Amino acid sequence: MLPVLLVLTLVEVGSGLVLGRFEAQLLRYPTLLALVPVTIGTAGNLGSILAARLSTAFHLGTLSFDPGNEHLSGNAVATVALALTLFPVVGLGAWVLTALTGGARLAPETVVTIAVASGLGLAVLAVVVTVTVTYVAYRLGLDPDDVVIPVVTNVCDVLGVVVLVATVQVVL
Amino acid sequence: MTVRDAAREAYREALPALSASLVGGLLAGVVLGGMRGELRAVPGLLVLVPALLATRGNVYGSLGARISTALHQGLVEPRVGAGDERLRAAVAAALANGLLASMFAAVAAFTILTSLGDPVAPLPVLVAIAVLAGSFSGVALSAVVVTAVFAGYRRGRDPDTLVGPLVTTTGDVFGVLFLLGAVRLVLFVGGVV
Repeated sequence: MLPVLLVLTLVEVGSGLVLGRFEAQLLRYPTLLALVPVTIGTAGNLGSILAARLSTAFHLGTLSFDPGNEHLSGNAVATVALALTLFPVVGLGAWVLTALTGGARLAPETVVTIAVASGLGLAVLAVVVTVTVTYVAYRLGLDPDDVVIPVVTNVCDVLGVVVLVATVQVVL
Repeated sequence: MTVRDAAREAYREALPALSASLVGGLLAGVVLGGMRGELRAVPGLLVLVPALLATRGNVYGSLGARISTALHQGLVEPRVGAGDERLRAAVAAALANGLLASMFAAVAAFTILTSLGDPVAPLPVLVAIAVLAGSFSGVALSAVVVTAVFAGYRRGRDPDTLVGPLVTTTGDVFGVLFLLGAVRLVLFVGGVV
């Protein structure tokens, strides 16, 4: 447990360094800071739920790595649909809560645009990462439950920060 | 089953847990947004935030999974007052792992930022904040995880499905709140850094 934990911690420090690069911008717009935990968390959760479902389908023998497989495609579609449902709420929620606490400097539509664009990008990346890691685990003969979920969750955490910061640079 | 059915089922099953952790994440974000003064006062603190939040999920999520498995196997009684040795050992191990990972994150962030020539608070300040935040949120999260898993199990719910959403929701909120508490305490004790 401990060596894995320390490696994962180091990966997360890497995503912290990305945040640190944009610290001045994040401190100027508290709404962006408010988006950080929820974006990281939702990205990690989308990835870990997809990974858990694919692992189960794999163990049940109903998963094949073929775009025509209904579990593979269905779960991928659901991940994108979940992101499109949740991220508008994320953006609006972050704006409303920051406005209530007296610090919103960005227009609500800007915050919602940033949240939805990041969410959509993250959903697509979560699908690519999860399917790739599940496939690699399967080829190497590893149990997807042991390997895929921690790797996917932490990779999606890091991608959450990177995609959010990149989207902010494009939109602002 | 068609792709459409599979997608609908996956969507329906995931939405409640994701919505719960969304609320937790938003609350944590508001606290973080209100922490700008502390983030400015302690350079390098923002770099630590993702690692400290993820540690909560990694460590206490795994504690919850272990306790659920032990309950299913009948190795642990679902009573907090029982003073079960296995339960105490699992909680102690989680606390130790959480503290070690937090300290490691502080040292790693300090070393990397120093080598990049970026501004960073003194190492003892970052380590003190990481250790205090890790201890406070560790004790709170252990209590929440153990209580909720036991309560869920006694009511006939599968604790495995409770642990994930619970830890991601409360982990973010407690993680950021106790981080704020730890920073204020360290800044207060150490004077203005």
